[in-house]
Amino acid sequence: MNAGTDSEIERTIRENHPALIAYITAGDPSLEETREYVEALDRGGADLIELGLPFSEPIAEGPTIQAAINRSLEAGTTPGAFFDLVAGLETEAPLLVMTYYNMILQHGPDADPEPFVSRAAEAGLAGIIVPDLPAEESGPLRKACEAHGLDLVFIVAPTTDDERLDSIMERTAGFAYVQARLGTTGARADVSGATHDSLARLDEYPIPKAVGFGVSEGDHAAEIVSAGADGVIVGSALVDLIAESEDPVAALESKARELKAGAERGVPEPEQP
Amino acid sequence: MSEATFGEYGGQYVPEALMPALAELEDAYERYVRNNEEGFMHEFRERMADFGGRPTPLQRADRLSERYDREIYLKREDLLHGGAHKLNNALGQVLLAKYMGKERIIAETGAGQHGTATAMAAAHLDMPCEIYMGRTDVNRQRPNVYRMRMNGAEVTPVEAGRGTLKEAINATMRDWATTVENTHYVIGSVVGPHPFPTMVRDFQSVIGREARDQIREKAGRLPDSVLACAGGGSNTMGSFHAFVPDSVEQRSAKDSSGQRPRDGVSLYAVEAGGSSLEIDEEEGLAPNSATLSTGTDGVLHGAMTKLLQSTDGQIMESHSVSAGLDYAGVGPELSHLVAEGRVTPASVGDDAALEAFHRLSRLEGIIPALESAHALGYLERVAGPDAGEYDVEADLGDLVVVTVSGRGDKDLETVLEETEKRDIEAAPDVEVFGQ
Ligand SMILES: Cc1ncc(COP(=O)(O)O)c(C=O)c1O
Repeated sequence: MNAGTDSEIERTIRENHPALIAYITAGDPSLEETREYVEALDRGGADLIELGLPFSEPIAEGPTIQAAINRSLEAGTTPGAFFDLVAGLETEAPLLVMTYYNMILQHGPDADPEPFVSRAAEAGLAGIIVPDLPAEESGPLRKACEAHGLDLVFIVAPTTDDERLDSIMERTAGFAYVQARLGTTGARADVSGATHDSLARLDEYPIPKAVGFGVSEGDHAAEIVSAGADGVIVGSALVDLIAESEDPVAALESKARELKAGAERGVPEPEQP
Repeated sequence: MSEATFGEYGGQYVPEALMPALAELEDAYERYVRNNEEGFMHEFRERMADFGGRPTPLQRADRLSERYDREIYLKREDLLHGGAHKLNNALGQVLLAKYMGKERIIAETGAGQHGTATAMAAAHLDMPCEIYMGRTDVNRQRPNVYRMRMNGAEVTPVEAGRGTLKEAINATMRDWATTVENTHYVIGSVVGPHPFPTMVRDFQSVIGREARDQIREKAGRLPDSVLACAGGGSNTMGSFHAFVPDSVEQRSAKDSSGQRPRDGVSLYAVEAGGSSLEIDEEEGLAPNSATLSTGTDGVLHGAMTKLLQSTDGQIMESHSVSAGLDYAGVGPELSHLVAEGRVTPASVGDDAALEAFHRLSRLEGIIPALESAHALGYLERVAGPDAGEYDVEADLGDLVVVTVSGRGDKDLETVLEETEKRDIEAAPDVEVFGQ
C-alpha cells in the first residue's frame, strides 16, 4: 500500500520536498510547442509535470483549461500523437497524464483500460490522474496500473467524508491530490480556508499530499506548504501564461521558479536547539 | 440499496467532490421514494394530480387506426401540465430536494421542456432555480425560454461547443461541483450517475403503469407493442418500465387470449436518425442522435452507456431537428435492455419526423412535440402505405400504444422553417399567413 520506495513519483516528491507539480494541456496550441513548454517547466524547477490529454467533455475544468482543451482539440491532438510526444521527452521531472476515463477506455477495443496503460508505460509516463473516476469505479484501471508499474493518483475533495477518506488514501499511489476548494479548476487570488482543514485531516496518512485547484502564486505555495502540504499543483495559472504571454517559454520557466521558491519559503524553520 | 448498474452499464463516474452528494441522494431516494408511501409518495401523487393533471388519458386514435389497419392508442403525456412528460420527474426531484433540505435547484435543458418543467415545479414549491441551456437551443426554443423566465427561473446560456444538451449538462455538473452542499441537480432524463437513472425512471414509470391499466380497460388486454421516442430515454423508460416483465418468457405461459398468439409486449425505442446515420469521424460529427442503434460503449456524464464517439473517445456532436433528442448519449438502463434484446432500437430521420408531425396534427387534431413525432414516424415506416419501400421490419402487432411525450407548440417556428425546405404532403399551405 505505502510502498513508497517503489514509486518514482513518491520518491521524487520526498527528495525534492516541497515539490512543485505543474500542469499544462498537451497540444495547446500544438504538441510541438508543448515539448518546449515542458522543457521550460523542467528547467524552471517543476518536480513533476502533468500533461492533460484533451477530452471533449471536461466536466471538472474551469474556463481556462476548457479553452486550452478546445485549442488542443482544434489543433487535432490525438492520443497516438500525445504518446509519441511523451516518448520523445527527456525531462528530469517524471511525467503524469491527466485525462478523463472515456479516453482511457477507448484506446483499445472493448472499453478496456489496459491498452492505454500499457502504452502510457511504454511512453515513459509515471502516473495517471482521472478526475471523473472515483475510487468505487477504479478497479479495472488500478489493476492495469499495478501491472505496468504506474501510479494512479486519487483526488480528495473538501466534501470527502472520513469513511471515503480511508478508502481513497489506501488506494492512491504516488501522492494524494488534495482539492483545495469545491468547484472546477481555475486560478484564484487567494488560498482557500478549506486547504488547512483538509491537510489537518490527512496528517496521519504517510503518503505525500499535494494541493491543487486555484493555486497561482508563489505566496500561495508558501502558505500551502506551511500548512503541511508536501507539494503544490499549479495548472490554470500556467495555461493562462501559454494563452497570453508573448514569450511563453520564458514566462513558464520564470513562473516555475517563482512557485518553487514560494513553496520552499513555506517550509517551517527548523527549531533552534 | 438499489443497484448502481444495469448489467455492464451505469455506475458513478463523477469527480470525487460529488460522490458524497450522490450517497446523500441515494439515501433520500431509498428513504422517501422507495419506502415512504404515506409521506413523500402520497404528497407527490397528490401534487401530480392537482398541479400536474394526472392521470393523462390513453386515447384511441381513430384515423391512425384506420390508416395503419390496427388499433392505435396514444398515451397523452402532451396533456400533462407544461406540455410534456418532463413534469413527472421534475416535480418528483424538486419535492425530494425540499425533503432533503436543499435550498437551490439547478437543471440543464435541451428542448427547454425539462427546464420549463423544473422552473414550474420550483415555483410551485417555492425554490430558487437556475437553468443551463445551450446557445443553439436557446435560439431554437425561444417560447420555452420565456416560460422559464415567467416562472422566475434564471436561464444561463451555455456558449461552449455546438450549444446543445451535452454542453448544458457539462455546465450544470460544474455548477453542482461548486454548490453541491446546498444545491440539488435535477437531471432531466434517465442519464447521469447512479441513482439518477433509477430514480428518474421511477418518477416517470407512472406513464407505463397508467397505460397498462388503461389499455386493459379499453381494449381488454395488454398491447402487442409500445413505442416511445428516445433522447436520454426518460419517456421511453417511463413508458416501458411497467411492461418490461411482460416479455416473451413471462407471457407465453399464461397467454390464452386466443386472439392472436403474441409472445409478449414488444418495446420500441425510436431515436432521431437526423439527416443520416453515417458518422463523420474527421469532423467529429454524427448527423443523428441514434445512440442505441449505432453507438459504442463508453463513459459520459457519469455513466457507462452507449455513446456517439470517435474511435479515440471524443464525444461526437449529434444532430436532430428535435432539440430534445439531440444528445450523444442515452440512459444506461436502455443500453442494457437493448443489449439483452428486451428493447428494440429504431430510428427515424428528420424528414419522416416532420411528416409525422404534420400527419398527427392533420388527422387527429393533436400537434405533437417533434420528439414524439419520431415515434409516430416509426409507425408510418413499419405500417404506413409505403412501408414496403423501407427495409424496416417490425412486428408491431394489432394493438399498439404510442407515447406522445409532449405537445408541439414549442416547435412551431422550427417546423415552419424546416417544412419550407421540404415537400411534405400533409403540411398546411403557409400562404394563409398572408405573406
Ligand atoms: C416532448 C419530449 N419528448 C421527449 C424528449 C426526450 O427526452 P427523453 O428521451 O428523456 O424522454 C424530450 C426532451 O426534451 C421532450 O421534450
